[in-house]
Amino acid sequence: MTVKITTPMTPEVARTLKAGDNVEITGVIYTSRDAAHKRFVEALDRGEELPADFRNAIIYFAGPAPAKPGAPIGSVGPTTSYRMDPYSPRMIREAGLTGMIGKGKRSDEVVEAMKECGAVYFGAIGGCAALLAKCVKKAEVIAYDDLGAEALRRLEVENLPVTVVIDSEGNNLYKLGREQYLDSLKK
Amino acid sequence: MREISAQQITDAVRRLCMEACYYLPQDVRDRIEACRRGEPFPIAGEILDKIIANYHIAEENDVPICQDTGMACVFLEIGQDLHIVGDITEAVNAGVRAGYTDGYLRKSVVSDPIERKNSGDNTPAMIYFDLVPGDRITITVAPKGFGSENMSQLKMLKPADGIQGVKDFVLKVAEDAGPNPCPPIIMGVGIGGTFDKAALMAKKALLRPLDEKNPDSFYADLEEELLKKVNALGIGPQGFGGKTFCLKININHMATHIAGLPVAVNVNCHVARHKTEVL
Repeated sequence: MTVKITTPMTPEVARTLKAGDNVEITGVIYTSRDAAHKRFVEALDRGEELPADFRNAIIYFAGPAPAKPGAPIGSVGPTTSYRMDPYSPRMIREAGLTGMIGKGKRSDEVVEAMKECGAVYFGAIGGCAALLAKCVKKAEVIAYDDLGAEALRRLEVENLPVTVVIDSEGNNLYKLGREQYLDSLKK
Repeated sequence: MREISAQQITDAVRRLCMEACYYLPQDVRDRIEACRRGEPFPIAGEILDKIIANYHIAEENDVPICQDTGMACVFLEIGQDLHIVGDITEAVNAGVRAGYTDGYLRKSVVSDPIERKNSGDNTPAMIYFDLVPGDRITITVAPKGFGSENMSQLKMLKPADGIQGVKDFVLKVAEDAGPNPCPPIIMGVGIGGTFDKAALMAKKALLRPLDEKNPDSFYADLEEELLKKVNALGIGPQGFGGKTFCLKININHMATHIAGLPVAVNVNCHVARHKTEVL
């Protein structure tokens, strides 16, 4: 079964999603990764406004390939999320972020913030960048243009396929899926 | 003596950068598709289907299979009897610059590891020179993504650790990596040599076709045994559980010191890109 989500995603909606759910996201999401996240928390430190309103928003950890003429964006798959672990708890608690899309493990600190505030960590298929780009209808750089692929982008997506990896209760598909598979071998 | 111009090398590198990023090698496709047929876990099968669909979309549209078009690793086997007219390092970098710009590939290189300002054209390339007999030059471009590169490890084992130490280390690298390097992965293993040679052997092991058996039967058996063990961890594609975590383990080995047993494991994701041209 596939759950359809339209952004913005409130904590109440986030809390209905469970690890292992297949989700299709439609609406506005943002791409940013290492360098932009560093600037976000530096801005928070200085008490400045962030370059986008991340309240109830979803950030896709990704740096797209350049768009070919006529295409809204180049190939755009997820980058490894643990590199954003130092920043994500503050983005959730202070900026109001309710969703992250990436791939790979997250720290306990991130999961704690997710449970506390009602946020979800989605996995997109790493390396499926050409397929995922087809769901992007519009993309524009809205800040940090100097960062190139790492700039903050606003994307309009349609039915972007993701899977809930860690839900707002801290259930983790990396653990559950593996256990389920290994159990299936015993039967 | 046979001569070729540096410009010919630039043109080849430009072409190889684009083709490597758009078209997945046939041996990698064959392996992924064989693993798909043998994958018993439903969610894992669905992921492998999407991975297969993705490389078809990339090929049909001449777009990168993965947005991380990597650092350009360029392997040059230069015939001793070949004279290259011009600066070969600059020629390779010019090819990378042109390929990544004209091919709409992502520029993922920062000029300084601490300051971290993007170089803007994906240079410098990581260039490896080998001198070989003959008057030809073989150029291989292997764009290397860093999601998997970051999960690579090297360990200077003790001789007493022996074969068991090697096996334990390879399994540890797989377990530590888990879902991070976009599994299914390929593991290149270098055993022996020095600290640096072990790492280089591991990187070069990733270039060996996946349908090619290790010519040394001991290491061929070790590759098979390790592959079974790594897949028995149950991590599966993307780490969501399943049989297909690793597509292939390729081992290179060489002589080493009486006091040492270096082992390096270089991890590559399923987008195992490399393309070769001989001039």
